[in-house]
Amino acid sequence: MTSAISLRPTATDVADVPVLEVDGLAVAYRGPEGFQRVVHEVSLRVRPGEVVALVGESGSGKTTTAQAVIGLLAENGRLEGGAIRLNGTDVAGWSQKRLDGIRGQKISLIPQDPTSSLNPVKTIGAQVAEVLQIHRQGSRAEIGARVIELLTRVGLSQPELRAKQYPHELSGGMRQRVLIAIAIALRPALIIADEPTSALDVTVQKRILDLIDELRREDGTAVLLVTHDLGVAADRANHIVVLKGGRIQEQGPTAEVLAAPRSEYTRQLLADAPSLGKTRSAARSKPVHIGPRRDAIVVENLVQDFAVGGREVFRALAGVSFTVRRGTTHAIVGESGSGKTTTARSIVGFQKPTAGRILVDGIDVTSLRGENLRRFRKTIQLVYQNPFASLDPRQTIFQIVEEPLLNFDPLPRDDRARKVEAILDRVGLPPAVLTRRPHALSGGQRQRVAIARALVLDPQVLVLDEAVSALDVTVQAQILTLLDELQQALGLTYLFISHDLAVVRQISDTVSVLHNGRLVDGGAVEDVFQRPGSPYTRELIAAIPGGRNLDPRSFR
Amino acid sequence: MTGLNTIGRSLLRDDQDVLDGASPEAARVSSGAGWLKTVKSIRPGLVLAWFVMAVVVLWALFPQWFTSYNPTVGVARQQLRAPSAEHWLGTDALGRDLLARIIHGAGNSLSGALVAVGVGLLVGTTLGIVAGSARGRIDGAIMRGVDVLLSIPQLLLSLSIVILLGFGIVNAAIAVGITSIASFARLARSEVVRVRASDYVEAAFGSGGTFGRVLLRHILPNSLTSVIAFAALQLGWAILTISTLGFLGYGAPPPTPEWGLLIAEGRNYLARAWWLTTVPGIVVILVVLSANRISQSFGKARP
Amino acid sequence: MSRYVIGRIGQAALVLWAAFTVSFILLQALPGDAILIKFLNPELGLGPEQIADIRAAYAADSPLPVQYLHTVANFLTGNFGYSIHAGVPVGDLILANLPQTLWLASLGFLLSVVVAVALAALSALAPFSWLRAFIQSIPALFISTPVFWLGILLIQIFSFQLRLIPVINPGPWQALVLPVLTLAVPISAPLAQILMRNIDHVLTEPFVAVARAKGASHRWVLWKHVAKNAVLPTLTIGGILFGELLAGAVVTEAVFGLNGLGGLTQRSVNDQDVAVLQAIVVFSAGAFVLINLTVDLLYPVFDPRLRVKQGAVA
Repeated sequence: MTSAISLRPTATDVADVPVLEVDGLAVAYRGPEGFQRVVHEVSLRVRPGEVVALVGESGSGKTTTAQAVIGLLAENGRLEGGAIRLNGTDVAGWSQKRLDGIRGQKISLIPQDPTSSLNPVKTIGAQVAEVLQIHRQGSRAEIGARVIELLTRVGLSQPELRAKQYPHELSGGMRQRVLIAIAIALRPALIIADEPTSALDVTVQKRILDLIDELRREDGTAVLLVTHDLGVAADRANHIVVLKGGRIQEQGPTAEVLAAPRSEYTRQLLADAPSLGKTRSAARSKPVHIGPRRDAIVVENLVQDFAVGGREVFRALAGVSFTVRRGTTHAIVGESGSGKTTTARSIVGFQKPTAGRILVDGIDVTSLRGENLRRFRKTIQLVYQNPFASLDPRQTIFQIVEEPLLNFDPLPRDDRARKVEAILDRVGLPPAVLTRRPHALSGGQRQRVAIARALVLDPQVLVLDEAVSALDVTVQAQILTLLDELQQALGLTYLFISHDLAVVRQISDTVSVLHNGRLVDGGAVEDVFQRPGSPYTRELIAAIPGGRNLDPRSFR
Repeated sequence: MTGLNTIGRSLLRDDQDVLDGASPEAARVSSGAGWLKTVKSIRPGLVLAWFVMAVVVLWALFPQWFTSYNPTVGVARQQLRAPSAEHWLGTDALGRDLLARIIHGAGNSLSGALVAVGVGLLVGTTLGIVAGSARGRIDGAIMRGVDVLLSIPQLLLSLSIVILLGFGIVNAAIAVGITSIASFARLARSEVVRVRASDYVEAAFGSGGTFGRVLLRHILPNSLTSVIAFAALQLGWAILTISTLGFLGYGAPPPTPEWGLLIAEGRNYLARAWWLTTVPGIVVILVVLSANRISQSFGKARP
Repeated sequence: MSRYVIGRIGQAALVLWAAFTVSFILLQALPGDAILIKFLNPELGLGPEQIADIRAAYAADSPLPVQYLHTVANFLTGNFGYSIHAGVPVGDLILANLPQTLWLASLGFLLSVVVAVALAALSALAPFSWLRAFIQSIPALFISTPVFWLGILLIQIFSFQLRLIPVINPGPWQALVLPVLTLAVPISAPLAQILMRNIDHVLTEPFVAVARAKGASHRWVLWKHVAKNAVLPTLTIGGILFGELLAGAVVTEAVFGLNGLGGLTQRSVNDQDVAVLQAIVVFSAGAFVLINLTVDLLYPVFDPRLRVKQGAVA
């Protein structure tokens, strides 16, 4: 079951023939109005042992390009032109059956989301073995031994046990290692890594990227790395291809693209990428506080327990304390499971803490009930991560922003309308959106609506729960700028919940680092970054992608 | 008594979150304009379904517009006539025009189905909304009751109720309606719970909304879409089940024209008059298919 | 046995008891003594002693709560009361009619599974999208078809037009062919629809793309990855399908004039023979509860995600 041609390069042409050469690729998807082209004239090459990063925001066509290369376009997708040469052979016109012969063997995939990329009802061992079985690599016993070998190679402890376990018994990082084991099993010439770490915590992300790097170097495999994160591309790739709207904006050696971007769009991406941009906090003009110092939020010894099953108790927060000065931005940083969201929810009064005290604007939140709690909500508002989910799909934008006003002292209708229009103008939305519904707006616009809704009650404090994490970098930069302006103009206090240290460094004044429900570090943001007080903080900072871009040693 | 309810019960749950996982680029493309898109998006199947429903509703409301024959009194010497220009669908053993009986039967079948769906929708949805919004013990009690209702096969439950209430089309309809309470309650509850867990409901509470306001403004409107779609599905199911009860002899008494009864009566003349059973059955199938198709379109249409 | 298993069994028993109570209230409590008067019907040919026995068996002279407790005790000891119409113990009637229905229902169920799996497999393998759309619309048609009408149509075609199966005195197997076919159609439809939807859903899962990237063919993916993930959730509608099967049996037996549980049900409604109907209701509720219990307890065997983790290292 091998393909008709050899895809393994012979010794003489290694230097000349690229592993992958995409030439004038065009891909279209079938929509309600017929086929719409989403990838136009994309050409790129990947040489043996090289990492080429395909960088772009959502809708840039980067994933579609990668899917086309491995022949796995969505069902409504169609290759409309161009050549895809693997070691010199054009596979663009190949049937699925013919492609089956090379997938897994000559070209393989590391997918985006490790949680759903493994079959939940098959063991890890069976899923690694499958790629060997499909390509008939040895007897049952040989395959079994090879599986253990592969699991060991990707750094899983107790490989024999892992082979017998099911995906749900492994953490996200471990699952991604399993998927890497599958991808490298037959030593393919090319691995396509489609956002291989986007769903993982930063520290795990770094370890996984290190692993891919190491295996690639050992085997001499070429990698096509699809990523939205310019920082990741800067760290890991030899060559960067920047895509926008399905067209290549610019491509070249990483150092060149980063140092002297030729296209306007790349310059903007570079400026907007928090991990690559310079720290803005130095340049930020701090709001000057006149009069006595007042704390907007005081959290003392916050403890939160959750019942797990019957009698067991899971301690999500174990004695967290911090204060936030009025008019400043305090960030709570941590990975998943650190307790950062629990903290936020307790502060806005959605959750009663097990122990501890929370003062917002001098009011003890933990003692509030019923009508008092409802009245308190005027002081503090929450902005959610996902603006798709936080806006009622049936309401118009006007209704969404107006609603908080109806909940409190009734204003005359005209005043309300004026107030809604004013606040929408404030967040930079045109009046035309008033009659639209959320689905007709882009992600960035929706998040602006969510911010408008939060601000319409004139709160003192805004809690931003990963409020920019779901957005593309350029949109993220716009929203961050907007938040900055609003803070300057209205004297707002922000509590900024985030996993992204680069963003935190850029916009916050003070920071608390949470790890497993404990406060491991805290203080002024530059102090924490310059002199991290705990090994965990150091690890977090080291894991921020983009740090190696100016280090010449990372390029060989 | 067909799989309609099974489908409704098991499928309406996971229909909501089908996102454009495969190709976000593809979803993005669809920004075109105006009426041209609307025209193109018209589905012939759906139009046909609405047409069938409209015709049947008109039959029910104004049967005299469609036929001049008397549905209950036969014409002598016209027994068991095959379909002809005079009697488009033939006549039965008493010389009654089959088309007239089908047209006049629409009223019975349709009103029965409406009563049945009305009972299930009102009682079931209310129970479901109360359970979903009250939670705690009230929720537990209501849902255990629903479990019990579900544990008795629907046809047996409706037969038990028919025994209690007595035979007749209204009683049969009520019985059928009672058996669908459990499904409505389950669906309504799961929808309320789903919507309640959404960020926008929390945001509504977070901006100072009281429970009543949030319920009216967000939870109910967003839960009821699925319930309405399910009600349309149940309409088809109720027509089927009522015709089954009619066939078994527990619905409308003869000589009332009722679709299930028509088929039962025609059964004695299988060898001589195929049209007496075949045609009413096809009418039932068309109406039920149409109700299902319309239900589907409700489920997909989101503002 | 784990606490979960015991709890689940207790819950099942509770539902069964409540179903019994509901049927008692519906069928026996309301008409009250009026039913027992029917035993005085001379056509039944019951002597005064037998009638006294029956009255005692129902505790007819006691207040309602006592009657209720009495009936509970009777049911628990396997005494389901007496048929008003036939004057014989209900248990005997059910036992006599059960085999016929069991045959019909199990054959019908088997056939419906075969049809459903075949339709689902055909739609998954269909090379053209129009063909898939066509296959996927078949269950909708099945669902919208009245079962009794389908039975009559089959008789008309196979017995009257084609004369393949005699109307009068067919052989034992011949007599079952059409009823089984009639019963299988409405049961296969929901099964097929759920299977098709599950398959379509599983095919969009990222792990399918990963399998394709390994070089697996469409068929390999369907067989090795999609099949199990698509079939598992259909187990949960087992109880509901049983109800459909029973309802289908009632109608099918009525159409074909078969003697079975369905025929018994129909006769008991016609004769207002509530003792028989109540026994059938409780019997089927019991079967429903048992099926759901079995599915719930067996599910972890097939789905590793529901298994209790045994010292797994995170």
